[in-house]
Amino acid sequence: MMATIKQTINSLFLREFVSAFFLTMRYFFTAKPTINYPFEKGPLSPRFRGEHALRRYPNGQERCIACKLCEAICPAQAITIEAGPRRNDGTRRTTRYDIDMTKCIYCGFCQEACPVEAIVEGPNFEYATETREELFYDKDKLLENGDKWEQQLAKNIELDAPYR
Amino acid sequence: MVEYFLTHIWPILSIFVHSLAVLVLLLVAVAFLLLLDRKIWAAVQLRRGPNVVGPFGLLQSFADLLKFVFKEVIIPSGANKFIFIIAPFVTCTLALAVWAIVPISEGWEVANLNLGILYVFAISSLGVYGIIMGGWASNSKYAFLGAMRSTAQMVSYEVSIGFVLITVLLVTGTLNLTEIVNAQKSEYGMFGWYWLMLFPMFVVFFISALAETNRPPFDLPEAESELVAGFMIEYSSTPYLLYMLGEYVSITFMCALTTILFLGGWLPIFDIAPFTWIPGFVWFILKSVGVFFMFGMVKAFVPRYRYDQLMRLGWKVLLPISMAMVVIVATVIFAFDLYPNVATA
Repeated sequence: MMATIKQTINSLFLREFVSAFFLTMRYFFTAKPTINYPFEKGPLSPRFRGEHALRRYPNGQERCIACKLCEAICPAQAITIEAGPRRNDGTRRTTRYDIDMTKCIYCGFCQEACPVEAIVEGPNFEYATETREELFYDKDKLLENGDKWEQQLAKNIELDAPYR
Repeated sequence: MVEYFLTHIWPILSIFVHSLAVLVLLLVAVAFLLLLDRKIWAAVQLRRGPNVVGPFGLLQSFADLLKFVFKEVIIPSGANKFIFIIAPFVTCTLALAVWAIVPISEGWEVANLNLGILYVFAISSLGVYGIIMGGWASNSKYAFLGAMRSTAQMVSYEVSIGFVLITVLLVTGTLNLTEIVNAQKSEYGMFGWYWLMLFPMFVVFFISALAETNRPPFDLPEAESELVAGFMIEYSSTPYLLYMLGEYVSITFMCALTTILFLGGWLPIFDIAPFTWIPGFVWFILKSVGVFFMFGMVKAFVPRYRYDQLMRLGWKVLLPISMAMVVIVATVIFAFDLYPNVATA
């Protein structure tokens, strides 16, 4: 009996409605978590695996020694490498280093396999293209990426080094 | 010649200019209210809402307007072409027509009808036709279902709205909207308005207004999960725009009517110095936007009713309450001899 009366009073005075109103008013004034994307960006971990880049030594020499470990480990078989002949200083360089970005699954194994930290995945994720062909990266494109992002790449590797 | 102009042409010209002014201001207001609605909804859900077009997204509605107008009008092959096209015009025209008698401030209306409330009732009852015509002419089962639901809902809630209006009439003794507002003038300021005196009716009217305009939580006719857009599903481009416009115009009208009947129209909240300096139309707009804010908030926090619950609420809860209130109010007026002193114009 009491419960019925209580229920009736609650529904007659729209008690739940009023409490819901105050609840929503509280949410109304809280800060919005939305990030206004092209103008604001969220923080990225130093481990973020984005677009690939081939790095160079500070003296401008390519790091890659054509060991093909990345090609071997790549689970998507996105990497194709051709090695050049041994040079006078006893080192080798690639003549071809292609990554098919449409095949890549961004697992980061290439970066882990690389003994000289030549191939890395950088913090860039905004490289959408208009055609499929533009996503077949060759050596020039990858080296260009390396030159462009070197500062951040070096910093990320340094930050992540203690955990490797 | 001059006399002919003054008696025959000038009144028509004057009404035309008045109507045009109301129409333009109303449509601009609706554009911003639409944005406000979306902003409120977004804010409650911790989103930002439209904020790209213009500062704070203020021009979003105008961008939407352009988009609608430039899209192709698609008419379903099985549709009754004439009725299909004319239905949104019916809805939109009727929604706009009621605004003719809304007094924004003392004397600020296109027509000061003595039977204002009756006019409101007549026109808003006709509004159902636009919906049922559109739903039927689309030749689609979803549109038809939506139209049926919408019609049943609007008809049921119009009954309780009618009783609410009758109680207000009993208290004021007039059908004229301007006089209804003036009857609320008292030394108690905002506590003399009818929202306090007729509080249950105020709540009933608010709920019925939500149902009447197909707003959530009574948006079954266009239940997005089942019927997509209800009776509007086959519509596109400008006809769809007209439906949406008609819907929002009638929502703003319901806000205005709530303001007039229960919140003292253009009267200041207290009849003392700092409040009386603010002109009447500002008060009117503030109150209407306040009611609209509540409409928006209700959309954000109330889950949708099931169809049988909707009918139960309309016929078994709101109708008995409003009928009982009519009887109670009439009895009180009769017993204590509180007849309103009607100014016989």
